[in-house]
Order: sequence, then structure tokens, then C-alpha cells
Amino acid sequence: MIEIKDLHKSYKVGKNALHVLKGINFSVKEGELVSIMGSSGSGKSTLLNILGILDEADEGTYHLDGVPIKNLNERIAANYRNKFLGFIFQSFNLINYKSALDNVALPLYYQGISRGERNDRAMSYLEKVGLAEWATHKPNELSGGQKQRVAIARALASHPKVLLADELTGALDTKTSYEIMDLVQKINDEGKTILVVTHEEDIAQMTKRIVHLKDGVIINDEKVEQVRAIENV
Amino acid sequence: MFSRDKWNEVIESLSSNLFRTVLTAFGVFWGIFILVILLAAGNGLENGVKNIFSGISSNSMFMWSQTASKPYKGLPKGRRYNFDLDDVTSIKQKVNGLKYVSPRNQLGGFGGDNNVVRGLKNGAFNVYGDYPDIQNQEPMKILQGRFINQNDIENKRKVAVIGEGVLSELYEIDENPLGTYVKIQGVNFMVIGVYKKRGFGGGNAEEDQKQIYTPFTAFSQAFNYGERVGWMAITAKDSYSVTNLKEQIFDVIKTNHKIHPEDDRAIGNFDLYEQFSKIQGLFIALNAVAYFVGILILLSGVIGISNIMLIVVKERTNEIGVRRALGATPWSIRGQVLFESVFLTLIAGMAGIAFATGILVIINFVLPEGGDIPFANPSVDLPTVIIALLILIIAGLLAGFIPAQNAIKVKPVDALRTE
Repeated sequence: MIEIKDLHKSYKVGKNALHVLKGINFSVKEGELVSIMGSSGSGKSTLLNILGILDEADEGTYHLDGVPIKNLNERIAANYRNKFLGFIFQSFNLINYKSALDNVALPLYYQGISRGERNDRAMSYLEKVGLAEWATHKPNELSGGQKQRVAIARALASHPKVLLADELTGALDTKTSYEIMDLVQKINDEGKTILVVTHEEDIAQMTKRIVHLKDGVIINDEKVEQVRAIENV
Repeated sequence: MFSRDKWNEVIESLSSNLFRTVLTAFGVFWGIFILVILLAAGNGLENGVKNIFSGISSNSMFMWSQTASKPYKGLPKGRRYNFDLDDVTSIKQKVNGLKYVSPRNQLGGFGGDNNVVRGLKNGAFNVYGDYPDIQNQEPMKILQGRFINQNDIENKRKVAVIGEGVLSELYEIDENPLGTYVKIQGVNFMVIGVYKKRGFGGGNAEEDQKQIYTPFTAFSQAFNYGERVGWMAITAKDSYSVTNLKEQIFDVIKTNHKIHPEDDRAIGNFDLYEQFSKIQGLFIALNAVAYFVGILILLSGVIGISNIMLIVVKERTNEIGVRRALGATPWSIRGQVLFESVFLTLIAGMAGIAFATGILVIINFVLPEGGDIPFANPSVDLPTVIIALLILIIAGLLAGFIPAQNAIKVKPVDALRTE
């Protein structure tokens, strides 16, 4: 599903170049639930941004579902993000003047799907995350966990190939975090490929594979025994 | 393009800080208001001045014979000559684009003696010998009876159409003038009509009512003018200008009367159209000034809108990042910003046009009808309003352009990081 080879990325900081990713080789198969771990500055967010076509690598190749991601113009990049990827953010990034339903329907709006169908589909995903009765509420009327559920529903709405989650439990308490991870595991059980960036060991243990990043290189990449989140709630 | 979602978002975004939006919109409102009021005022002045000209068809000129100032073909200079009816026919034949060529003769005139008598009353009036066409060149209202017609010309009927002023001087109040006779320099003419003129210029209004029109042929016969023509009133067709045809007309006269082709002084003329064009030019200048000032004021309003849109875009950087992560193309983001700015500009502009129209209605209501001031019916026509709206749309697009560009200049990854 994801194939990256010898990925390099550096940022300019003043006159110096900061080499963030120093040759990453990494692949993810369909249906995997992978966590990327590392301390801040290890390059994990940069890696996720490149995987999310929000940023572009300086060197190396990136294939997403067999499609080479290289030198895309912004229009095609937007199209790929919409078709291939679902994003879940630490700070939820819901649009606060839109209802939960409208938030979930937003990726479908950019696919040009008619209003009626859009709302039907968005509603079914809200049901899936257990928030059907909150459909008309604005994000500021929802709790953190509920917001993240809406965000997950939104990420799922466009049938993406891969879900990318950046510290998705970073703003939640432990109990809510585990509830969210339970949802993520269930979605993974249905066969969705999911990448989670985190620096929390317990969250990482709930995935099937942990990739450790340090100073821009992968220092460890191992399959782990998955801890079911539901057992810890 | 104009889906409900887009409207919702525009309304949402603009009403999130209503006071700021209203203040911003006021700049455009004021600009378009000034533009419309200035254009309407120019229009009002134009209407007022054109009212003064309305007593006569403006695409006209008058010409009369003077003395030849150059010797030609053995004829000396200083020679007198007169127009005659042959000139009229040949002008009509040889010059294209003329609507009316009216030969005229006149008795009396400024400071003339009493020349018209009816019973015990008499008075000094201008008496004209005319063709029916003159009625179109000097528009008048027939109050009673009729004007001269072609039969009067052909049968040389001694009939007369008198002005209101003549009526009041020669007749008792309530007396019916039709069928009565007035004696013009000893010759009896039957009154067949009474007219009232709009007049040309305010000053002659009274004098214009003290005239008597008789058929050209009858006039010539009665007062022994023969074929002579005193002067001509010539009106060009609407698609021509009499100023351009003038030289051709003069050439015809010069050929007919053996006048040197370069003799500029042999024919006197007063070109009404030329005068009128000069005034017309003034109004074009006035209009240009109105547009210039109006658009400049509008521009400052537009800059205000542009500024606010920049702030709105800045405020929504994170949201724009999210949208782009979800698959919004640069054009959909740009379109959103442009749409918002055009919407705001248009709403503000239309409010300005509506307000200006309201003010104009009040002015029109207060303005005295037919007053002496050359200012009437200040208004803007539909094309002007459409032009103003087009200006608004373009202004809105311009105002939104830089902010829209800013909105997509930030990379999605940076936009997402902004809180």
C-alpha cells in the first residue's frame, strides 16, 4: 500500500539546512495498523506529512497504492489526498461553524457528490462512530472524545486507502484515548490500513507494528502483540 | 457554483463579525452612492440645458445671403444677391442627408412698425412666409384650428396661423379667432389656427408667441417677393450632422449664384448644431469627471474590502489547511474567497445604488416643475446602473484577488500547524 525508498527531507533554518529525514525505507501492506514512534524532532511528523502529500520529499520515491507521488501540482495533490487519504489530527481540526454532519460530509463535498447523497453517507459514518444523535451539533458542543470520533468519521467518509493519524489521542485523557483506540482497532479489523504517529508507549502497543524513528532514521521496526484497547477501558 | 453550501459559508463568514463587515461594506456603499449621485446630477444639468434647446430641432442651421466679397467670372465684389426657390430645389437634389429645407420670408422684425391691423386694434408682429415643414423645425403646439398645409401652399391661400401673443393683443378675451381676418400690410389673411411655442431660450419666450405664419406662396404673391427667399432653415437627418453637410450646401448656392468658391463671406449662417455640440462636449466632460471621482471613491472602499478579506483569510488559515488536507483544490479555496468578496461588494454596492435612487426620488419630488434653473429630472438610466454593477463585480474580484492568492500561498502543512 505504501512504499517509500531512501526518503530524504531537509528544512532551511536560516542559513543552515536541517536534515530531518535521512534515508527512510519503509513499506506498509494493506490492512496493517502501524504506529510511528519517536521523540520530538525525530522526524515522525515530517514523515507523516510526506505520506499525507502535504509536504514533498527532497529525494527518494514514494508510491501510494502503486501510484508514484512525485512533483504533483496542488490540484492533483488535493485530488489524491481526497481519494487516497483520511487525516485525523491531534487538535481534531473540525470546522467549528459547521455541524458534525457537515464536517463529515466535507470530503464528499470536494468530490462533487450531491448534497443528499453526501448527507446520507456522512450520517452512516456518524452512526458507525456512535454519534448519530449528535449530527446537528456544532463541534463546540461536543466533548474531546466525541470530536475525535467526528474527525474519524470524516476521515473515513471518502473511502480512503490509508488513514493517517497524528497524535490522535494527544489531547484526550487516558480513558477516552482507549475508547478512541478501540474504534481505530475496529476500523482496522474491517481491513483499513492505518498509520498512527504517537509518542505514547501504551497507544503504540495497541497497534500491530511499531516503527521507531530517531534523528531521521528508522532504528527499529518490529511487529508486536496487539493489546486490545477495550480491555483497558 | 452557487450551491447552498457556498452561500451558507459566505453568510457564516461575513456574519461572524457583523460590525466589521458593515463598516467595510460602507466604503463601497459610499463610493457607489457618490458615483450614482454625481452621474445623476450631471444628467440633471444636461436635461435642464436640453430643455432650453427643446424648442427647436438642434441638428439645424440657418443661412442667409450676404454680399459677395470676391470678384468671380467677371462679376464684381460687393455684389448683392438673393436666395430663390431654385436654390431650395437644387439643395434638396444635390445634398444627401437633409431632412427639411425650409425657405422663409419675413416681414416686420425687431423694433418694426405696426404692420398688422384688425378692426380698431393693431400691433407689430413678425410675419413669416413658410412651408408646412417649419412646424417640425420649430416645434409648436396648435391650440385651435390647424397649421399651414400643402394645399394652402399650392392654392396660395391667404391664411394665417397666429401666436398666442397676437391673439391676446388683437382679440377680445373669449373671442373665437378662427375664420376672422387680420390685415397684414393692407392684405387680408384669414386666421385658421392659433399656436403656442416652447420657445428657444428663456429670453425670447414672449416674442416667440407674437408671430404670424402664412403660406410661403401666398406671402410672396401678396408682398411681391416673387421667387425670392429671405433665408433658409435646414435640418439634417438624425444620422447626419448638419455641420458636416454645411459646405456641400454652400457649394450648391455658390454654383447657382456665380460666387467665388473660396468666398467665405457671401453666405451668412448660424449653426445651431455646432453650438449644441459644444454643450454636448461639456456634458461628456462632466460625465467623465463624475466617473473619475466616483470610481476613485469606490476604489478606497474596495481597498477596505480587500483589507478585511486579508484578515479573514489570515483568521481562517487553519481552516483552509484542513480543507486542503480534505481535498479542497486551490481553485475551490480561491473561489471561496473571491466569491465572498464579490458578494460583499455587490451587496454593499446595490444598497448604495438603492439609497442613491431614493435620494434622487426625493430630489425629483422637491424640484419645481419647469422652473427656470437648468436642472431637471436628475436620474441614471439602466445602462449606467448596469455599468456600475459591472464595476462592482470587477472591483470585488480585484479586492478578493490578493487575499485569495494569500489563502493558497501558505503550504497546507504550514496552514495546519497554525492555530
